[in-house]
Order: sequence, then C-alpha cells, then structure tokens
Amino acid sequence: MSLVWLRVALLCYTVGLLYALVALTRTSEILSKIALHAAYLGMVLHLVSLVEAVHQTGQLSLASVHNSESLLGFLIMVVFMLVYLVYKTTSTGIVVFPLVFLLTFIAATGQQPLVFNSTAVQHGWLAAHIITIFTGYAALFVSFGASLLYLLQERALKAKSTRGLFSRLPALQVIDDIGYRSLMLGFPFMTLGLIFGTIVAQSAYHRVDFSDPKILLSVLMWAVYLVMVFTRLTAGWRGRRAAWLASAAFAAAVVAWVANYFSGMHRFIAS
Amino acid sequence: MRFQLIGVNHRTAPVEVRERLAISESRLPEACKRLADHPAIAEGMIVSTCNRVEFLANMKNGTGDLREFLSEYFAVDPSQFERHLYEFREDDAVRHVFRVASSLDSMVVGEPQILGQVKEAYATARAVGAVRAQLDQLLTRAFAVAKRVRNETAVGSSSVSVASVAVELAQKIFGNLNGKSVYLVGAGKMSELAARHLLAHGAASIFVANRTYDRAIRMANEFNGQAIEFTRLYETCDRADIVITSTGAPHFIFRPEHGEKFLARRKNRPMFFIDIAVPRDVDPELNKLDGIFVYDIDDLQQAVATHVADRKKEAEKAEAIVNSEVEKFHARLQTLDVVPTIVSLQDHLETIRQAEIDRVRGRLGAMSPEQEMAVEALSRGIINKIMHTPISTLKTAARDPESTTVIELVRRLFNLQDKERAQEKEAAARSAGDPGAHN
Repeated sequence: MSLVWLRVALLCYTVGLLYALVALTRTSEILSKIALHAAYLGMVLHLVSLVEAVHQTGQLSLASVHNSESLLGFLIMVVFMLVYLVYKTTSTGIVVFPLVFLLTFIAATGQQPLVFNSTAVQHGWLAAHIITIFTGYAALFVSFGASLLYLLQERALKAKSTRGLFSRLPALQVIDDIGYRSLMLGFPFMTLGLIFGTIVAQSAYHRVDFSDPKILLSVLMWAVYLVMVFTRLTAGWRGRRAAWLASAAFAAAVVAWVANYFSGMHRFIAS
Repeated sequence: MRFQLIGVNHRTAPVEVRERLAISESRLPEACKRLADHPAIAEGMIVSTCNRVEFLANMKNGTGDLREFLSEYFAVDPSQFERHLYEFREDDAVRHVFRVASSLDSMVVGEPQILGQVKEAYATARAVGAVRAQLDQLLTRAFAVAKRVRNETAVGSSSVSVASVAVELAQKIFGNLNGKSVYLVGAGKMSELAARHLLAHGAASIFVANRTYDRAIRMANEFNGQAIEFTRLYETCDRADIVITSTGAPHFIFRPEHGEKFLARRKNRPMFFIDIAVPRDVDPELNKLDGIFVYDIDDLQQAVATHVADRKKEAEKAEAIVNSEVEKFHARLQTLDVVPTIVSLQDHLETIRQAEIDRVRGRLGAMSPEQEMAVEALSRGIINKIMHTPISTLKTAARDPESTTVIELVRRLFNLQDKERAQEKEAAARSAGDPGAHN
C-alpha cells in the first residue's frame, strides 16, 4: 500500500515538474496555483506512504535506500512549503520540483536492491542521524536553488531587461532571504547529523575510518558548508560567489550520497 | 432603458471648467437626490473627481435632456459648457460607464483609483435612493467588468512614469522598501520626485548632499532628512540603499573603486544607483560589480516606453472585453424590458378571472370552502396553462431586435392600456432585481 500512495504522490509531483518546465518560458497564475495544490496533495500522500512504511516495518529505520530517498524528497517538499508560507512564492519550485520528482521516482520504482540488516539499524542514534542529516540535505538544496535564482534575477536586473523571467521571480532580497534562512536552518542539522553518524559508527565499528570515501566526502561537504556560513556572516557573500560555494557544497553532497554505494563503513548491507 | 450620460473630463475640458462643475463630497448626496427627483429622470448618479464630472441618468422617457438638470442645478446656461460636454445615450452610455470603471478613460490608463471613486459615487447615490433599479444593475455590472479587465489584462500592472519605474526597480531589488534609506546627491526636481515616490512606498530615511550646503539643508528639512556636506559624500554614502544622483558635474562622481569600498563596508548588501544626471554621475562600470545596480535616465525612460507600449496593447484587449460586456448587458436589459408587458398581461387576466368568479358566486350563492377552492384552482389553472406559451414567447422575443413588434402585438391583442405604462415602469423597477418572479 505504501508504494501505491507513493506512486499517486509521484503523479501529483509530475504536475509540479510540468510547472517547473513551463515556468521557465512563461507565466501562468493558474498553473502555479494548480502546481501548488498538486504539490500539497502529493506531500500529504507522500507522508501517508512514509508513515505506512514505518508502520509496516515497525521502526523508523528506513530500512532501504529507496525509503530514504523518499524521505529526502518529502523533507525537501516540507522546506519548499515553509518557504511558500513565509514568502508566498512558488518560484523555488522551478528548482525544487524536478529534484523531488526524481527522488520520488527512484523510490517509487519499487525495487529494493539494498537493504540494511546490520545491528546498528536498531539503534536510536541511527534514526536521529538519518533525520537530521536529511533535513540538512533538504535545506542545503533549497539554499542552492535560491542562489541559482538569485543569479538569474541579478543578471536580469543588470541587463536591464524588464521582461521575461525577471518579472516572475520574487525580489532579489527575498530570494536572498530564502537562501540565507535555509542555509542557517540546514547547518545545525547537518552538523548534528554528522555527530550522530560518528556516534553510530563508533558504536557499530568502534572506530571512525577517515579514509573511507563516504566519511571523507561528508566531512568535505560539511567544511564547504561551514565556509559558506562563515563567508556569509562575516563578508555578506551572496550572488555569484555564494552560488559557487553552494554549488560546491551541493556537488559534495551528491557525491557523498553516491558514495553510499562504495563505502565500506556506510553500506546498506552490513559488511 | 433610457440611459443618458453627460460630462466633462480631462480631455474635453480645462481645469477651470471642471472645477466649476465639480460637486464636493459634502454636497454630493443632496445633488444626487435632486437629480433623481427631476421630473424627467427616474434614477441618477454623479461622479465628480478632479479629472471628470459626469451625470448619469435613467430617463423616464426618450424626450428628456440631462442638460435641463445642469442648467437648473448650476443656475447657468449649459450652452456655456457645450463645447466641453460629451454626451452618450443607451449602449454608448453603458460602454462609457464600463470604460470609466475599468480605467480605460483615465488620463493614465489603468490607474486604479478611478474604480474606487466610481464605487463611492455609486454608494452615495444609492444611499439617498437615487439609484434603485436599472442604474443599480448597470453599476454592479460595471464593477464586474472592471474586475474582469484587471484580471484578464495587464492594463494596470506596469509603471508609466520615471519615478514609479524607479520605485518598481527598487522593489525588485529590495522587496519591501520599509526601512530602506535614500541618498540624494544633488538636489533637483526630478530626484525630489523620485525620493517622494520612494518615501510613499515605505523608504525610511533620507540623506541629502549638495555642493551648496544651504540647498541641501533646505531639501533635507523638506523630507525630515539629514543634510550632509559634499566633502563627506564618500564616507557616508554606504549608509544608503538607494542613491539618486542629479548633479551638474561634468565627470563621473561614482567610480568602481568607490563602489568596491561601499560594498565592503556594507558587507555586500546590494545598492541601487539611480542616475538622472546628464552628463552621467555614475560610471556604468559600477553596474558590473556584484550587488550594485546602476540605472541611468535612458534605462528608466526605456522601461517607461516599454510599459506604455505594453499598456496600449493591453488596453486593446480591455476594449474588446468592454464591447462584449456591453452587448451582454444590452441583451439582459431587453429581457427585463419585456417584464412590464408580462406583468400587465397577468394583471389583465387576473382581473377577468376575479370578475368571472364574482359573477358565478352571485348566481350560485354561497359556496362551501371545498367548492370555493375548486373554482379557484380551476380558473387559475386554465389561465396559467394559457399564459405559459405567450409568456415564454415574449421572453424569447425580447432577445431579438424585432421584439417590439411582438410586444406591441400582445399589447394590442389584449388591449393593455397605455395608462398602465407608468405603473408598469414601477413594477419593472421593483422586479428588476428578480426577473423570474413573474413566471
């Protein structure tokens, strides 16, 4: 059943994806309304699917890669909705919807290739690790999206073009606020997530292997994140420079995610 | 319908004429009442703003002329104003009301105030009972049309003056202008105007720097701002989010190295330079720095020009909407116009029925309640059945331009008297709100 809900949610997200594609070329009030409602409905169904999955397995362990992708997609939607509630703009959807669609799509294929069955799964620290680090990922992604929109808007303002995408994006400072707030929201979660991860690793393997690619990349990602927060707070970096950093952090995050498949310590099948 | 509208507006009359015809807010209720009480007029309302004075009436018959009211009310010979007056009747009056409410007849097409002003005028006239039936329908429709125009076209959405474009751009950069500070470098008329616009949209503090310090102080006082000596310009300028320059300097005052310094001190928070000086005060190279946006007078005027062109295109769309709405309204009123005939037809038959029942009663003597009811039901049933087809035919015919012949025919067939016309008008006025009431 969980998978059925997820697939219906995926249909709803498809509307969001269409919106993202159309929004690049023209404005449509109606479409953005439809997309918003569809996304909201999809989010609710997504939650139902997640709850049911947890209910079935009886634990918040996200026992498969696909469930975790589903959770990540869901959390990104939550951040998107928060942004919408505060700023009344669906513009971030241009970046958010395609990624959520992709994550949900992978999760909804229903194949369950990699399954946790290590003893660590039972551990409460692991659940805390996953939830916090995913919230961090979600916030980081929204921040990354916002900095891309910032670049677009800045370029339009400098080019003095009063038409096109310019007229549809929110004000520069609003985009900046969205990016800044999600950055500041994400950083503590990411930090906590890494700390919890260390605790999990300690208790499971009694050591933390820093030469392991997953851990190396995670620490690298965190370092880039730290630089972003630091430059933002001290020098007020935004625009192009912030976008470069955000892209770097995002790339590191993606690589760290992919590293799940190669890591000796962070495998979904216990070694 | 017998709609008439006469008036003057910013295009037809100079302000001296408009102010002589203008009716102040306090005198408006009384004026509306007098308009509606005029013997030739059934309903009336008056729109009086600084750009237009218009008298709209639903006449009792086709011969009346609103000018009579003008000459009585203002105690002048209206021929004095004749060359400034415009006059619309029937559908043209409807179209004009729709256009005014949709802001298509405004000096700045699409400006939003006029709709509110018409709404107020309508509320005033309604409160004194000067607007009751068909005018009420007309105005209600006009507001709906205005809403449609606003929703379906972009006629009111873009700024068409340099100052408002500057505000729009500032909002595009800073979002909300609340608490933003504005720095005026050089004190000119144009920069003053732009500053006023920015203040009206929430900008909080104003700094003024000018080569003649006295002038800076005077201008700063006007805005409740702070005057700054020109020599301290570079050390203070980073305090401002928006800088408006209009000095007569022959060379650039702000160069990229200044911009870099400002940004460092501002922790890279964006700055918006509005350069209305010719020759320019701000080096265009500044626009290449991250976080600094420079618009010169040409850029602003370019934006204004595009917006004006956009509005023209949108106004065409809006005119099409108005035209289709005028047609719809016309059709609707025609259906309403047939109501008096239907009512008098029903009255006519009802009188016959009552007379016949009385006659029967006289012949048969007292009837039992059951008999009474049976006779009542029988006679009523027959009349309703017979009436059904003619009434629906009348209603269909009303939508047809030839309808008057059918309506006239029915009147003649049943010998519906002309003297009833007056009462019918009243009945129509009452039933206008609920045209289905006489089925």
